[in-house]
Amino acid sequence: MAVVELKNVVKRYGGGLTGKAARSEEAPAVDDFNLVTEDGEFVVLVGPSGCGKSTTMRMIAGLEDNTEGEIRIGGRDVSDVAARDRDIAMVFQSYALYPHMSVFENMAFSLRLKKAPKSEIDQRVNEAASILDITHLLDRKPRALSGGQRQRVALGRAIVRQPQVFLMDEPLSNLDAKLRVDMRAEIVKLHRKLGVTTFYVTHDQTEAMTMGQRIVVMRDGRIQQIDTPNALYARPANMFVAGFIGTPSMNFMKMRVGDDTRSLKGETARFRAGDAFTGDLLDSHRGQEVWVGIRPEHLQHHEGDAGALENGLSGTVDVVEPLGSVTMVQLEIDGHRITAQLEGDTRARSGDTITLTCESARLHLFDVVSEQALARQPVESAATA
Amino acid sequence: MNAQRSNIGLAVVGWLVALIMFFPILWMVLTAFKTEQTAFSTTPEFLFSPTLESFRTALAQGAGYWHYAFNSFFTAMVSTLLGLALAVPAAFAMAFYPSKRTDFTLVWMVSTKFIPAVGVLIPIFLIYKSLGLIDNDWGLIMLFTAMNLPIMVWMVYSYFRDVPKDIVEAADIDGASTMQTMFRVILPLALPGLASTGLLALILAWNESFWSLTMTDHNAATLAVFIASFKSAEGLFWAKMSAASVLTVTPIVVLGWFAQRQMVRGLTFGAVK
Repeated sequence: MAVVELKNVVKRYGGGLTGKAARSEEAPAVDDFNLVTEDGEFVVLVGPSGCGKSTTMRMIAGLEDNTEGEIRIGGRDVSDVAARDRDIAMVFQSYALYPHMSVFENMAFSLRLKKAPKSEIDQRVNEAASILDITHLLDRKPRALSGGQRQRVALGRAIVRQPQVFLMDEPLSNLDAKLRVDMRAEIVKLHRKLGVTTFYVTHDQTEAMTMGQRIVVMRDGRIQQIDTPNALYARPANMFVAGFIGTPSMNFMKMRVGDDTRSLKGETARFRAGDAFTGDLLDSHRGQEVWVGIRPEHLQHHEGDAGALENGLSGTVDVVEPLGSVTMVQLEIDGHRITAQLEGDTRARSGDTITLTCESARLHLFDVVSEQALARQPVESAATA
Repeated sequence: MNAQRSNIGLAVVGWLVALIMFFPILWMVLTAFKTEQTAFSTTPEFLFSPTLESFRTALAQGAGYWHYAFNSFFTAMVSTLLGLALAVPAAFAMAFYPSKRTDFTLVWMVSTKFIPAVGVLIPIFLIYKSLGLIDNDWGLIMLFTAMNLPIMVWMVYSYFRDVPKDIVEAADIDGASTMQTMFRVILPLALPGLASTGLLALILAWNESFWSLTMTDHNAATLAVFIASFKSAEGLFWAKMSAASVLTVTPIVVLGWFAQRQMVRGLTFGAVK
């Protein structure tokens, strides 16, 4: 258990292997990464492929050197410490079990290297095996195991170490959908039980939201936002985070800020930015275009006349996707493709013209150039509005 | 129906090719059991009363079969082990700690095989002469090792490359030193590959004749020299030469037979994930 600190960490490739050398002039794989975990925190690194999340984790593991900056585990600067001396355990996407060793030996390997007494090895392996419910598999070889069982062994191998930090690199992405949901919950439970600081890399925002105590959203080697799942959802720092977190993705429309700095006008859509937005920020955008973000689940079907609505947008229904409890409706509004998550029993049909409405407090506004969030509502108001 | 017919056709062609390839070996074995007279007969004879006479003479030829067999076994075995001892660390470094020049080094090593052996015969002969390594087992072992090393490094390298990188990293994180990773994780995983590399080197060294014939005379003479000795000034002795050849190839064929499964597994390692 330990606090992990990353200060101004940069990873640049180049000067190494042929082929990669050509990339040395390119943008760093990880740029100016700063994060201080709490002791025992579950931190998820999430982002699209190539965003630097795995590289960041590999630097914490010691499998890659950080080009610049400082990495501390439990207060100790580990930048020049070999992976084997960092007291961390890692779970790989491919599980990376030793194929020639039994499950028991896979889990015991690190302890054998440390020359731990046999009784201690037996005890710790059996303890980990019983936590993960794999005691009956201890004599088997990895090839005789199913994907889910291999995953458990990989976790077991990490647990046996009793490390200061767990690193998990997309550990669930090779499992089928149902098993993934089960293992997700198990890993969270395991973390709660062991209380070890954990880094978890995934490209799946659902995994990130359900597992992380704090989530680091990355893109192109840079941190976009570090926050709790709820805060990321309610107050995304920029359009990338807004679009990345939440399914289905947030809708974006370009609209103009009125002279009153409160009204937002599209071709047909109009909104009033509620009190949740600071007047100053909208002042500076008076008469200019901004991106308006609305989550599909915050759009509601308005049955009455559209004219009287302060917050309203109308369009022709393109596709209707009934999912049972909810129905996804796609519309074309002012040249933007908008998805709305409506009630399961909605009467909207393809070809209908319908009106949607959204509470002011649910709107997200972004600068057109920087794509940064213009004004943020506090989490509470978004939750209670 | 058509597919079946073409399958039969393929089978016939396959058997035919196999027969053509196998025929010289069959003929060698048959000749070994003939008398010199029948062996020299211009009309090929398949039916004859077999005799062990040629084997009896062959076994006693020169210093005797066992002298040559021991030399062949000793030089092939030691050069193979020496080759593995050198190839494994070299391939390990190249596979797991590659530098910018690793690819070039590999190609360069293998390119030494492009030179015909006879091209370096004179310098090597002179060097060996001044070092007193002519007709010496260890001289031959060094030649065999050097001869096989490029292929061995290349093969072992490719088997090491087939070991998933994640597993090596997992061992690293589990606390294994480089040596521990090599001996406890990588070598056990690459064992089938190492076995087929060793087997190939063994066969190549056992069958080697150019250097054996030119660099040895009596003390270090191998089975290749043994066979060649039946081509003497007094003439060719087909039956005895065949008997000697049978005695020479049998051990390695038997070994190959037993190692076949291992060999196939090694050669397709990586293809089967």
